[in-house]
Amino acid sequence: MSTLPGPTPKKLGLVIDLDICVGCHACAVSCKEWNTGGYGAPLSDQDAYGGDPGGAWLNRIHSFEVEPDDGPAQIVHFPKSCLHCEDAPCVTVCPTGASFKRADDGIVLVDEDTCFGCGLCAWACPYGARELDRRAGVMKKCTLCVDRIYNDNIPEEDRVPACVRACPTGARYFGDLADPDSEASRVVQERGGFDLMPEQATKPVNKYLPPRPKDRPLREGPGDLAALAEPEARGFLGWLDRALERLG
Amino acid sequence: MADGTQHPVDTSPKVADEVRCTTCYMCACRCGINVHIRGDAEGRPRVRYIEGNRRHPVNRGVLCAKGSAGIMNQYSPARLMKPLRRTGPRGSGEFEEISWEEALELAVSWLDPIRERDPKELAFFTGRDQSQSLTSWWAQGFGTPNYAAHGGFCSVNMAAGGIYTLGGAFWEFGAPDWERTRLFMIFGVAEDHDSNPIKIGMGEVKKRGGRVIGVNPVRTGYNAIADEWVGITPGTDGLFVLALAHELIRTGNVDVDYLIRYTNAPWIVNRNADAKFGLFVRDRNGKPMVWDRATGQAQPYDAPGLKPELKGDFPNPDGGRCTPVFELMARKYLEPDCAPDAVAERCGIEAARIRRIAADLARTAFEEEVVIERPWTDFRGERHERMVGRPVSFHAMRGISAHSNGFQTCRALHVLQLLLGSVECPGGFRFKPPYPKPVEAHPTPHSLAVPNAPLGGPHLGFPRSPDDLALDDDGRPARIDKAFSWEAPLATHGMMHMVISNAHSRDPYPIDTLFLYMANMAWNSSMNTEGVLEMLSDTDEDGEYRIPHIIYSDAYSSEMVAYSDLVLPDATYLERHDCISLLDRPISEPDTAADAIRWPVVDPATQAEGRDVRGFQSVLIELGARLGLPGMVDDDGKPRFRDYADYMVNHQRRPGVGPLAGWRGDGTAHGRGKPNPDQLDRYIENGGFWTAPVPEEAQFFKPFNAAYQDWAVEMGFFDKPFPYVFQIYSEPLRTFQLAAEGHGERQPPEHLRAQIRRAFDPLPVWWEPFEQAAVDVAEYPLHAITQRPMAMYHAWHSQNAWLRQIHTENPLYVPRTVMRDAGLEDGDWAWLTSHHGRIRVPVRGMDAVNSHTVWTWNAIGKRRGAWALEPAAPEYRRGFLMNHLIHELLPPKGDGLRWANSDPVTGQAAWYDLRVRIEKAEPAETSAPEVAAQRSPVAPPPAEVAWGADWTKTQTGGDGSDR
Repeated sequence: MSTLPGPTPKKLGLVIDLDICVGCHACAVSCKEWNTGGYGAPLSDQDAYGGDPGGAWLNRIHSFEVEPDDGPAQIVHFPKSCLHCEDAPCVTVCPTGASFKRADDGIVLVDEDTCFGCGLCAWACPYGARELDRRAGVMKKCTLCVDRIYNDNIPEEDRVPACVRACPTGARYFGDLADPDSEASRVVQERGGFDLMPEQATKPVNKYLPPRPKDRPLREGPGDLAALAEPEARGFLGWLDRALERLG
Repeated sequence: MADGTQHPVDTSPKVADEVRCTTCYMCACRCGINVHIRGDAEGRPRVRYIEGNRRHPVNRGVLCAKGSAGIMNQYSPARLMKPLRRTGPRGSGEFEEISWEEALELAVSWLDPIRERDPKELAFFTGRDQSQSLTSWWAQGFGTPNYAAHGGFCSVNMAAGGIYTLGGAFWEFGAPDWERTRLFMIFGVAEDHDSNPIKIGMGEVKKRGGRVIGVNPVRTGYNAIADEWVGITPGTDGLFVLALAHELIRTGNVDVDYLIRYTNAPWIVNRNADAKFGLFVRDRNGKPMVWDRATGQAQPYDAPGLKPELKGDFPNPDGGRCTPVFELMARKYLEPDCAPDAVAERCGIEAARIRRIAADLARTAFEEEVVIERPWTDFRGERHERMVGRPVSFHAMRGISAHSNGFQTCRALHVLQLLLGSVECPGGFRFKPPYPKPVEAHPTPHSLAVPNAPLGGPHLGFPRSPDDLALDDDGRPARIDKAFSWEAPLATHGMMHMVISNAHSRDPYPIDTLFLYMANMAWNSSMNTEGVLEMLSDTDEDGEYRIPHIIYSDAYSSEMVAYSDLVLPDATYLERHDCISLLDRPISEPDTAADAIRWPVVDPATQAEGRDVRGFQSVLIELGARLGLPGMVDDDGKPRFRDYADYMVNHQRRPGVGPLAGWRGDGTAHGRGKPNPDQLDRYIENGGFWTAPVPEEAQFFKPFNAAYQDWAVEMGFFDKPFPYVFQIYSEPLRTFQLAAEGHGERQPPEHLRAQIRRAFDPLPVWWEPFEQAAVDVAEYPLHAITQRPMAMYHAWHSQNAWLRQIHTENPLYVPRTVMRDAGLEDGDWAWLTSHHGRIRVPVRGMDAVNSHTVWTWNAIGKRRGAWALEPAAPEYRRGFLMNHLIHELLPPKGDGLRWANSDPVTGQAAWYDLRVRIEKAEPAETSAPEVAAQRSPVAPPPAEVAWGADWTKTQTGGDGSDR
């Protein structure tokens, strides 16, 4: 069994804006390409060109069709990766101590030298955020690109997770959720960021920003230009003479 | 220990040996990428990681799923390895490997006699390549009129509608003012068109609190994040747009000052029933005129200080009467048939909602005016103290253009933008240099083939009148695709989708060699795919193929490869030179002119054992030299260019103007200047691209802004200033209509007269899509459309090992009401039937779709044996093409004529006019039709991929690193 470090001074994590996520998979593939050559064993793909291709991914995009009572059906795109929970059940369940949460920044990682792929952590994670690499037989999960965010070999501005670096719409924020002044904390505050499945009591660090209400009129008030038009408009383009007069 | 310190983590590992900056080509967007290269276990250079280039004007650092998956294309098992000569029957996939020398000599042995005999026996068409400035120059030198790229089956309506109206269109020609727009309306845009720029822009607009309205039958992708979704019925966008125009005009919510200054709304039109009826009244110098209230006379439109009338009946200085364009337009769109109530049902949008959207547009445009305190001077010499704009912007693409009424729908959309005064202003839609560029600044088409001689000028252009059509002396089409004939007079991108069908029918004439590049015409890029496969392999009585020779260049084992006689294996985008030129499809942004290069960031010889491939453009230049084409050899007949890189630097289109605009002359000249031998090094040092900022004073109102015009001349876009105003009323269209009315020397054939008369209305109009009008809609009650998914936009990359895990098959998405009526449940199979054929497909229910529309992802389905997939691949079994249902011709009308399933103005393929019915099928294992397998000319794929094993802690043995 591993133990959790208790409250960490930093809580590094992601904030994902569901209002502008277009479901393009840019974050997922950028994650795959960075991490397959990075932390731990490659993210391998089995039956890569065959009938049932599959592989290890640290981030996947789920798309849901939702049908509100008062409007047409909508599609919501929902990227999901490890939420780096404060009370991470995947850590406490690990029989070898391979799963751990870093005391300084709160990132949850797997030490592949001591992981033997029993899968208990994946079973314990309520979010389904861990995947077994079938080639290496070790558990894979989001590292928050721990080998990027502190990496002296890449430019400082690029020391963010690959998914954040790639996201075309700017739907992903990376930062310290323990710091109320970080951009990540601020958008959570401003936009009503929420926890995924709070009833699981895992205290996820990652947050989601909700989609804004859709299919509402732009403004209150008359939705008809005739109501806005000048009342004494007469005849064919009666308004035009006055428009030309105004131009002088 | 609970703090993780017992688990040492290397937080600062080495990433790459070197980072090389080039241009992505996983789709046509041309983003800047930083390719991280690292040696594998044997020290061979391998691609470790690809990220977006933060400094690049197109993607500003971000990168889409495809861009990141480029590694899997670079090391794809489907890569062709060597030149191939066909040994089995066409379509079999049986080939022998030959040397490059043999391949080039074989090509010359076919091409040289053609050029001697009749150059038009060569049809040279290219797909989504971005080297059209080279390929068109080559084809011009060869002398064949039969050249074009893929635009005719893509979005020529959008390009032509834009150029004829605004002097520019969407995407490469222009973009919304993302920084300032408040209301962004996006019409008929597939999930991932103009990938990163639109995503960046929509993110910005929404984060600022701006509003997005998505008009699309399907609510996925961009439309999923739109604040409001208009699930329009396919093919009715023109009706919807004209109803919005009706509302704006009826209520006086149009920008009168803008229309007078910057459009031809005040130009006076001849109303005398003579051979000039409907043409502009012009002064002695040919300048269109307006009726000036101040002087009570007609005056040239560009004279300073005029007060033009917008309505009224005035004496035509040439005799008779004349009327301003604005009145003709207003009368037309105020007709009750354009009212929201009249169109609501056909569009599938409530009338009250159309009125409310018109109100949203008007109130945003006129109540939220954007002002930049920046003086500028217009082409009339009038100085403006500030730049005033309307923060409403539009974008549109194939969903509205790939219909037989698409050209006029695109025009309608632009006219709506002009009514709001929202083109080239702050907050509106803005052009990207070298656009704006009016029709008058573009060439006209050239088509006269002469043995052993180059064509007289560019193949493609913008006809001003029937005089510019590409017809032979007998009035028959001069081109194999019939572009610029009476069937498609403004086919400004050619009509690639008709080439194989016409060549097979020998209509208008037979050809000898079909030469294709990067165009999968034997599969997803053709309508009527099975029919096309038969045409490609059909023989005469004497056993010879009806299309005698087919040469094809591609980097991968595509379906088209199997139908080729000679295959020239291309390098990948990371292995070759390319130039993203201002002479071609530019990558500029509204505030920045830009061009870019690709260069071999890895050497193809190091990327796989035994692979001997060459970049197609270099091969084309060598072929040109072997054929002795003008400009490709020097006076001694020696090759003028070593390869494409040499051409990119040293070719000059006009003195001082070459393929690349940056670092010319001694390295300090930009735009114009002598060739600079160090030019490519400068590009590489700068990240693979070049930019030149548009001067601040020149950034808006470009067509009429004197500072912009001067800058454009300085940069070499024009040789003299070319100011113009936007064309609400299109006089070139009217000249074709006049011909159809019996005026002029060149007359359309009788069977096309009525079609030309209707389609060439000088003011945008709508007509029912042709296929829909030709079939019994009770028998085919549904619309069927396709789009590419975001992770596979603009390409065939379901073969990619990572991307195919996202999409390996494509269900038909069906409205749940239709599912219920047909007794269908998710996972069932259904027959989808059109007037032309039927396919068996897996179905899935969906509600976020227009209730009369079914749709699927395009180009997921593959032919068995293609793309180096295992036989069990779902792409073969459960993927399908809608193409089988779409014919390149309309249903026969009983007149014995072949009527193209295309827009009658531009020849654009009308993919989205398709009408179908759906019925439940018996349970099945595979989609139908099943096209027989082709033999794969490449080695079988590996079972497993573990990219990066050379650089990571490997837990198990095995080498998954090199595939």
